Order: sequence, then structure tokens, then C-alpha cells
Amino acid sequence: MPLVKNGAVVPDPFTVVEAEGPLPEGAVTVPLARLLAEGADLAGRNSPLGVAVPNTADVRELAPHLPHLSLVVLDFPKFRDGRAYSQARLLRERLGFTGELRARGNVLRDQVLFMVRCGFDAFEIEKADDIPAFAKALATYSIFYQPTGDGRPTVASLRAGHA
Amino acid sequence: MTSPLQQKLKITGPTAVTANRLADGVVVWLTAAHGWSTHIGEAAVATTSEAALALLNAAHADENHAVGAYAARVAVEDGRASPANLRERIRVDGPTIAFDAAA
Amino acid sequence: MYVYDEFDRAFLGERVDDFRDQVTRRLSGELNEEEFKPLRLMNGVYLQLHAYMLRVCIPYGTLASNQLRALASVARRYDKGYGHFTTRQNIQFNWIKLSELPDAMAELAAVGIHGIQTSGNCIRNTTTDPWAGATPEEIEDPRLYAEVIRQWSTNHPEFTFLPRKFKIAITAAKHDRAAIRVHDIGLRLHRRGDETGFEVIVGGGLGRTPFVGKTIRDFLPKEDLLSYLEAILRVYNSGGRRDNIYKARIKIQVHEVGTEEFSRRVDEEWAQIREGALRLDEAAFDAIRDRFVNPAFEALDDAPAALAEALKNPDFARWHANSVGPHKVPGHAIVTISLKPVGKPPGDATADQMDGVADLADTFAYGEIRVAHEQNLTLPHVRQKDLPELWRRLDALGLATPNVGLISDIIACPGLDYCSLANTRSIPLAQRLTERFADPERIADIGRMHINISGCINACGHHHVGHIGILGVEKKEQEFYQVTLGGKGNLKTRLGELIGPAVSEEEVVDVIERIVDTYLDLRESPKETFIAAVQRLGLDPFKERAYAAR
Repeated sequence: MPLVKNGAVVPDPFTVVEAEGPLPEGAVTVPLARLLAEGADLAGRNSPLGVAVPNTADVRELAPHLPHLSLVVLDFPKFRDGRAYSQARLLRERLGFTGELRARGNVLRDQVLFMVRCGFDAFEIEKADDIPAFAKALATYSIFYQPTGDGRPTVASLRAGHA
Repeated sequence: MTSPLQQKLKITGPTAVTANRLADGVVVWLTAAHGWSTHIGEAAVATTSEAALALLNAAHADENHAVGAYAARVAVEDGRASPANLRERIRVDGPTIAFDAAA
Repeated sequence: MYVYDEFDRAFLGERVDDFRDQVTRRLSGELNEEEFKPLRLMNGVYLQLHAYMLRVCIPYGTLASNQLRALASVARRYDKGYGHFTTRQNIQFNWIKLSELPDAMAELAAVGIHGIQTSGNCIRNTTTDPWAGATPEEIEDPRLYAEVIRQWSTNHPEFTFLPRKFKIAITAAKHDRAAIRVHDIGLRLHRRGDETGFEVIVGGGLGRTPFVGKTIRDFLPKEDLLSYLEAILRVYNSGGRRDNIYKARIKIQVHEVGTEEFSRRVDEEWAQIREGALRLDEAAFDAIRDRFVNPAFEALDDAPAALAEALKNPDFARWHANSVGPHKVPGHAIVTISLKPVGKPPGDATADQMDGVADLADTFAYGEIRVAHEQNLTLPHVRQKDLPELWRRLDALGLATPNVGLISDIIACPGLDYCSLANTRSIPLAQRLTERFADPERIADIGRMHINISGCINACGHHHVGHIGILGVEKKEQEFYQVTLGGKGNLKTRLGELIGPAVSEEEVVDVIERIVDTYLDLRESPKETFIAAVQRLGLDPFKERAYAAR
């Protein structure tokens, strides 16, 4: 799956590894359970570490590991399943995660702006051809009513500025 | 829905497949040629589960013309289908209430 | 009423463009139906039996006359010349073409209305008291807070793919005209000392598993409104069930984890965000309050001579008795316009009637109209001296049926005549009941009575909270109806109890009449209402008579 960041396809340096077995060299993404079990060992590796988090998990469990994590992958098993939006906001706004926050699964252009507003900055999409459409989707709205951690000005702040 | 092709379908009598036309929502019926007709009398009628399933799968495969396809039991007279229950009668004839614009 | 500013208008424009693009992509096949469905739902577009249905949001039920005219125009140009007002203060058009929807929406957007979040698993239109800003019994106009919630919930990035739909209602009056105890969140504005805040009720709802909402906070300071709502929604979005569509509403989550535990989770989350960006200060309220334009009420006296004179006409007096409510400003009144003429579909209005009401609102009511939960319209600010002329003009439009709050003021869902979920019809039954109970003197004698009809278990006709509730069930492809008694939809919400086996379509009107006759025979005095008599007597006497003729 092409990985999109900042509107362009970029290489994905992370190798997905399973719950058990030896770790390859280089950047890896481990399942959440493995991170929780082997956190200290994993942090000791000299390569970027990522974790894939199911959307049923309480992301607060990640807190002690975040300093060692370069990547958190959140899951959209179906685009209608919106749990990862809350996980993303908690990671960014509550837990202060500043690494890559990646959306994986059923990631559609009509959702991507919501994802960005919740703190995602990387997307695994089905076809590289969709990139222009994703860029367009991000520009669909300029008006935002509610504050999130994305820093976009809200209507309320714009109104106050105009007053 | 882009349902995966259904594997099983139990029917209880002559069955046609109906849906709503994508662009305007009008009620349509699947014909033997796997096209869509606004007349229930032109609907292909299946009398076996296999045949009904084949119709339904054909309908689901054509979601860019008609949506929400399902198998509906129909009455058959002189080889032409007509509604067999209230729901399909309403879909064919419209609401059972006067809906003229004059209040 | 709230007047959109440049930002609100810009947002609506962007939304119309967004939806136009989505419709284009769907018609070209670029989007498949599964992908498109939630997008169209998020804009209020359903696929019903005969066509697409567009549900247009009427924010907290408030309309300006030009907006009602725009709805009339959509009814004429894109539909079959009428619309259907719903229990959630919205309007539905039944015959819309998908290909024409973007144009219809652009027309509505031009006057600041839309279908945004009238469907889908998101936060829906916040509903409130149709008498808001007019009734003397409210402590403050709740629409300010409804608008605050509208803005916060519009395109909320975190809460647009919730487990299930989410409905919020708010009231500030002693009498609950917004059914707040049967909403996902109900908010009751009240005062504690000098402070204004909310009782927060969570987990109410009807449908196939009815629950009366539970109070999880007695007093939420108003500045904390949005942080608290966000905390509730986050707990729900993270933990609400998604494995079974029938168990996905917040009421099930509250029920399964228990009110105490649910409220603990909300508090835990709230503690983290309470002092954050969602905190509302007076300036934030003022900024929105300033966008509300309230009528410049004339200085008038109560009970003008013209009104006293007109009340000598018994027909006018009868209409006045149940259609006119007290107003907070002397010389004014609140008028409910019954959309329940005898033999007509409850809640329907033709384009001509909508235009007619818009004109009457301009002439007599400071240009403002409300949609009431009971599927009626309200003119919230009418000069009392104008009531006789208003009544004559309403009568000419076929809108002066003197049955507001009475037995023929029936709430009914669209039922099998339109709805793809329904098992049975609702509207024809409502029509037959209004015909059976057509005599104005008889219905006045029967007194206060709510009949609610739902054509399936999803309960859009709120049958659980009808004094008489009627639920359509299908048996062997025949229409049958279950009857419940004793439901109430106000602050003392109660769910009705089933009186016995379902009765056939032919029998049901007679059964209802026998229940009503039982009440008339057994009531202590004409002052004892039907619901009070049911509570005093229990179901047995009604049951016995209802089934006596079988």
C-alpha cells in the first residue's frame, strides 16, 4: 500500500513484525501486545520503533513507551468504525505524541480531513493514483467550528479576531 | 450495499428482483436480459432458489444503475409478475394515501 | 433567531460543493454505494421505498419566513408539492432525485438551511422547546445553547463515525416540550443561586429497547457545556458497542456498564479537558447571542377588546382554547398551527400552505415560525389583537383544526407508505382515527390525549410515550397493531404498557374508541385526564373493554 505523507508517496521504512519471532534489522512496527510485553528490550534497539494499535485498545497504556516510539499506527477496520479518531486525539493532545501517526485500513478520501484534524499525518492508501484526490479533499473545507489539537483557527477565534 | 455475492437464498414462491434506480430512486425491476424496467410486469421471475440467487447477484453486480436490490415474492398471471404483498403494491402503485398537493 | 454570519455561510457553501462532488462521483461510479451511503446520510439523504428522501435540518425548530418559503420552493421544484414535518423538528421531502439533490441543497443553502447531520452515525440536530424565547415559564432562551452545540458538533472530526446516531435535546422551561428524557443526551437548563447550568440526562431513547434517560449530573455550569459533552461523546465513541446495530446506541452502553460507572468514566475524561479550549466564557456566549435577532415587541396590553369580542364566536373560542398559549410579553401569544386536519397525513404541509404560513408569520408574527416535536408548526410571537384575523386566514389555508393537544393531534411516522424499514402503514390509520374523532365537541370533551403511531419497532412515532401508543406489526403479511397505554413523554417520562395481543387493521380504530369510551365512563370528572385515569385505574378496565367485542 502506498504511504502518503505531506501529499506525496514516501517509502515506508518500517517492517511489520508479528507478535513473536526474531526482529529484523532496521525500523519495525510491532503489535501493541508485544510492545507492552517487551517494551524495554525494544526500546534498547538502535532503530526506529513503531507500534500497531488495535482500535479497541486504551492508548493511555502507550504512555510510558511513547518516548521510544517513532510511529503509532491506528486502525480503521471499516471506514465507519471511528474509534481511532478518539485514539488519535488522545495520543496527540493528551499524551503529547509527536512522532508519525499513521492511518491504516479502510482510509477514504472523504475521511482524510477528519483524520488530519484528529492528528494523523500519514496514510496508507489503496492506490497512488488517489493522491491528487486526497490533496483536494484536504482543501474541501476552510471553516472549522470546533477546536482540536491541529491548530487550525476555529470560527469562534476568527470571529473574535474580527470583532 | 456492495454485498459479496450471496451464496444462499430461500424463496417461498415466484420471485423477482427489485431495486431503486441510482440517479432518481425510481422503483425498478430486473428483467431477463439483466436490464432494469420500471414495470413489474417486465420483471424476470425465478421459481427456484438458484434462479432467484442468480438474478440477485446480477442485480448486485449492477449497483451503478440500481441500488438496494432485494428479492421480492411476486404473483404471476399470464406469465407476468405483479405485487404479492402490501409493500410491493405500495412500491408499484405509490402511497395508499391521497397525496395530491391540494390540502 | 440566529442569523448566519460570513463563516456560517462559507461553511454551507463548502458543504454543498463537497456533496455535489460526492454525488458526481457516485453517479460516475467512482464511489460505490457502500462508500457513498454514509456520505449521503450525513447530508440527510435516505433511500426510501419510492425515491430518495431528503431530511432538511431546522436547527432547534426555528425558521424565518424566507426559509419556510425556500422549503416550499424545494417542495414544488424538486418534489411533489409537499413536505413532512418530523418529531425532531425537521422536514422531509419524499420524492427527491439524487441527481437534483445538489441543486436543491444549493437553494436551501442560499437561505442558510441544509440537511447536514440529519442522518448518519453522527450528532444530529439539537432540538428544543418550540416555545423557546416566547414562553414565560423558561429561565432563559435555550436556543443559545442549542446553537453553541450546533456549531461544536458540525463536522466534528472525532464524532462523525460514532457507533450509532446521537441526538441531543434541550429545554429551559418547566414543561418539557422537547422530550429530553428520551434522547441520547437531554439537557435541562436551570439555576442554582445566580448560576445557570444544566441537568445532564444520558441514555434515553425509544426504538426497540426503550429507556428513560438517567441523570448523571444535576448541575453542570454552562461554561463547561462543551467539554462535558465532548467527554460523554468520547466515552461513547471509544466504548459504545459496534458489534450489533441494535445495541449500538449510548443507552445500551449506559445500561450495560451502569449509570455510575458510565458517569465515572465521563468525569475522568472531563477532568482532563474541562479547563481546555472548549471552555466557554461570557465572550463566547455573547458572540453567539449577538447573532440572534429577537423581535422588537410592541408595547401592548393583555386581553385586548378585539379578542374578547371575537371569543364570543364559539368556533374561534374553541380554536383559541387549545391553540393559543401564554407569551412572556404582554399583549402577545404563542399560536400552535395544527398540521393534523381531519383525514390528512399528520405533519404534512403543502407548498402552498408553507407559503401561506410564511406570509402569516410576516403579517402577524414578526416573521418567525417554529416546528414543534408534535409535528405541528408554531407562531411563537403573535399579537393577541391579531388572533381573530390570523385564525380566519389559517382556516382558509385548512390549518385551523381545533385539535392541538387533543386525541386527533396524532404523532405518526411515515410508515409503510414511504419508509423502507416499516412493517405496516401509520398514516392511513392516523387518518381513520382523525375521521372517527372528527367532532370538535367530542374531542374537546375527551380532553388532553396523545396518540402516537409507529409503523415498526424503530419507534419513530414514539409510540412508547403515547398516552395511547400504537405499534404496527406484520403477521403473515397482514397489518396488525399493538396497543399500549399510559406512556408519557414529558419530564415524568413513562413507557406505556401493552394491553394485550395485537389487533387487526380492521379492528384497531374500534379498539381505540372502546378504550376512549371506557375512560369517559370511568373518569371521576371531566377534569380527570385520560392519562390520570389510566394511572388511577390501571390497565384492566381498559383491557377488558378493548377486547370485549372479540
